[in-house]
Amino acid sequence: MNIKITCNYLGKILLLVAALLLPSLGIGLLYAEWLPALGFGVTIAIMAVSGVLLTRIKTEDKAIYAREGFIIVSLSWVVVSLLGALPFVISGEIPSYLDALYETVSGLTTTGASILSDVECLSRSILFWRSFLHWMGGLGILVFIIAIAPLGKGNGMSLHILRAESTGPTVDKITPRIHSSARILYGIYFGLTLTETVLLLFGGMTLFDAFTLSMGTAGTGGFALLNSGIASYSSYCQIVIAVYMMLFGINFNIYYLMILREFRQVRKNGEFKTYLCIVAASTAVIATNIAHLYESFGEALKHSFFQVNAIITTTGYSTANFDAWPELSKFILVALMMLGACAGSTGGGLKVTRAILLLKSLKAELKRMLHPQSVVTVKQDGKPVEQETLNRVTVYFSTLIIISVVSVFIVSFAGYDFTTNVTAVIANINNIGPGLNLVGPTCNYGFFPFYVKIVLIFDMLVGRLEIFPMLLLFSPAVWKRR
Amino acid sequence: MKIIIVGAGKVGYSLCEQLSREDHDIIVIDTDAKLLEEAQQLLDIMVVQGNGASLEVLKSAGVQDTDVLIACTNADEINLLCCISAKKLGCKHTIARVRNPEYNQQIAFLREQLGLSLSINPEQTAAQEIYRLIQFPLFLKRDSFDKGRVELVELKVDEGGKLEGKRIMDVTDILGLHVLVCAVERGDQVFIPNGRFELKANDRITVTAARSDLAKLIKSLDIVRKKIRYVVIVGGSKVAEYLTEELEKSGVEVTLIEKNEEVCNRFSQRFPKQLVIHGDASRKGFLESQGVGRADAVIALTGIDEENLIISMYVGRLGVEKTVSKIDRTEYAKLFSDTDIGSIVCPKDLVANEIVRYIRAKSNSGEGSVRSLHRIVNGKVEALEFLAPDSAPYFNVPLSKLNVRQNVLIACISRNYQIIIPRGDDCIKPHDIIIAVTDAEHPISDLKDIFEKDAVKAE
Repeated sequence: MNIKITCNYLGKILLLVAALLLPSLGIGLLYAEWLPALGFGVTIAIMAVSGVLLTRIKTEDKAIYAREGFIIVSLSWVVVSLLGALPFVISGEIPSYLDALYETVSGLTTTGASILSDVECLSRSILFWRSFLHWMGGLGILVFIIAIAPLGKGNGMSLHILRAESTGPTVDKITPRIHSSARILYGIYFGLTLTETVLLLFGGMTLFDAFTLSMGTAGTGGFALLNSGIASYSSYCQIVIAVYMMLFGINFNIYYLMILREFRQVRKNGEFKTYLCIVAASTAVIATNIAHLYESFGEALKHSFFQVNAIITTTGYSTANFDAWPELSKFILVALMMLGACAGSTGGGLKVTRAILLLKSLKAELKRMLHPQSVVTVKQDGKPVEQETLNRVTVYFSTLIIISVVSVFIVSFAGYDFTTNVTAVIANINNIGPGLNLVGPTCNYGFFPFYVKIVLIFDMLVGRLEIFPMLLLFSPAVWKRR
Repeated sequence: MKIIIVGAGKVGYSLCEQLSREDHDIIVIDTDAKLLEEAQQLLDIMVVQGNGASLEVLKSAGVQDTDVLIACTNADEINLLCCISAKKLGCKHTIARVRNPEYNQQIAFLREQLGLSLSINPEQTAAQEIYRLIQFPLFLKRDSFDKGRVELVELKVDEGGKLEGKRIMDVTDILGLHVLVCAVERGDQVFIPNGRFELKANDRITVTAARSDLAKLIKSLDIVRKKIRYVVIVGGSKVAEYLTEELEKSGVEVTLIEKNEEVCNRFSQRFPKQLVIHGDASRKGFLESQGVGRADAVIALTGIDEENLIISMYVGRLGVEKTVSKIDRTEYAKLFSDTDIGSIVCPKDLVANEIVRYIRAKSNSGEGSVRSLHRIVNGKVEALEFLAPDSAPYFNVPLSKLNVRQNVLIACISRNYQIIIPRGDDCIKPHDIIIAVTDAEHPISDLKDIFEKDAVKAE
């Protein structure tokens, strides 16, 4: 483990995040919110100073291998969370540090689960910071660094970082140069965020609301500005947000292929098609199931479409209290929570690709049982998938289940009912936000005791970084010389 | 530039390494997913898995808007098919590796129809390089510039020889000859020396001289080395075939030692005048029994690097003055730089250098850009050839008044077929050909890069 280079990169990341805090500081000053502005100022100072000190650690050995890549990513997420919580505490709006940390991690991992019962009393700059965390965490802080300043120029080192921070089982560059790949990803991200803001402005939203909600959608986060979530906005705005949630759940490479006008390749992409089918089917089933609760079928369809997209992309915005919906609808939503969005998007969860690969390897395994001597290849999008990838997907899924089970076990000590415990863990580890029952869309996570919050914080990070970087951070083998 | 490399083998990887360092966008195509993953982890490149000769694969790598495609898989036919398809799809330049000697003439004949910009043959290039080295056995390495008029040669400072303990500024006087020492390798270190630099025994120095002065240079070093008339080649590879052909033409006697009987038969059919011996050169006492010690030069061309190095070291002990070993993995070559190993030739690097030279020339065709590039001293130093533009602030100013960047040395100026080994009072004029030497840490692509921002020193 090359600790010096890890520290050096961590310093660079802190400097970047300090710079990214400036817009929040600006908003604080603009709306004359002095306490939050002080909080941002102090945090920026701390980050900048420690960043400068850390970047002073220099080493000749600049090599980054898989191990450094994982650790740089997980360590920087932990450190940024720890420091990013300071504005909440210093401004006095979330006095408890643990609660503030929960809120920050929930923001950065694009979960959108809150410990606040009343968000409307928060100051604007703090609300902005919460959603800005979503935007930063959505595509990744380090990918942003790679996009603006190439790290370790001319070699493949940054690929390890891109892989550790991006979502999905296989991550590949879309252009030969890693920093141009990262730039294209952020370009698409930025473009989609801005168009959503403009469309919401047409719907009569204020600029602040439109931009903040767009950032929440972009990162598939889900922090709302009102206690009622998205329910109080016009139907037009709700539909715009629903559509954009769906768009942000799609693999960004698809957009790149569309820009290149490679529509044939887009049409060949199995994950993309499956994703759209699942959204359509779930929307239809839930709409019929809840039709009797609403005045018209159109209204039911709108709520169903919104909620399906909010859940499958793991955003977690809500226009309706789906906790009050019939059991079938609730089950579908929980299933979608675990399924998640496409690989290479900003969404969380298992990812549609992984689910497809799991089913395909199950099919292959059955065939192998019938004909033990047979050679079976699993194909995706017309290309054979390597056994190593399949193994990793299986291990990923089983590890996810194990961590979830252990988390539910610990959460159960708090003494709440089973649905609450299970959906709380599912909603956190898959980065959704609201669960069912006591943690439903109208409730929050504030009532849990401290140890549950710590477990959920860990779960959120595990879910966003796709398990392995976080587990490696706690694995002694990584810190050894060998 | 956007460059597609088909084949991630030895040559392919080495090309990726050099070209991606020079800021080109590299896409590599290979059928072996493991090789690709390895390359992708170490270099900033994009990979595509598949057969590079198939249209589908070429299209998915985006061949339509590619500047250069380099086909270097191990099959000549695939390389050619690759280039034809790429050219048809709209790739601007194509380079193919074709190494079967039987195709050689055909390629020259069909080049236009095949749409090839360049065809490279590592074995032939290596054979030519070895032949050039044998011509002047004293030199460990030779690189030529300005169409062969200027040479950079590497030689060793002998213990007790004329140059030991002398300062660089005195070398010209000692030798009575205009030469310039432009790089010194001492152990692991490389220096771009100034005039006060003192030479020590066992330094390996790179000297610039006019080609016509090479013979005089050897003479003035007082080392009498006879011309090479008898060469022993160990290992009957393709390089050996090309080399034997070349040597036979110039009337040098050749003995080939090879352990495969079939290869021996082929050789004796092809070169009936030469002696072909069937036997294992690595067996104890075999080389002595064949009288290898009497050879003027021994060239180790077996397929195994270690064997080549050991043979060279061993026959050096037997009293052979010139040895050349072929090495495929250059990573370890520097381990041997202290020992008396003689010359080392690496086909993969020669070819990669040739292609890099071609691509540099294509990517900067502006005035004052690099015309030719050679990596010398184990790739640690670059020697570059420039054509001076029509006008520049640094023209007609004595070199001593110019701010040349640190670790850059103007090694030679060639003006109207006249070679000038520059001193402080020489100056650069329009359309001169300039050869500069720099340590490879600062890549230079334009003549003006060799000077500081304000090229002329303030009065």
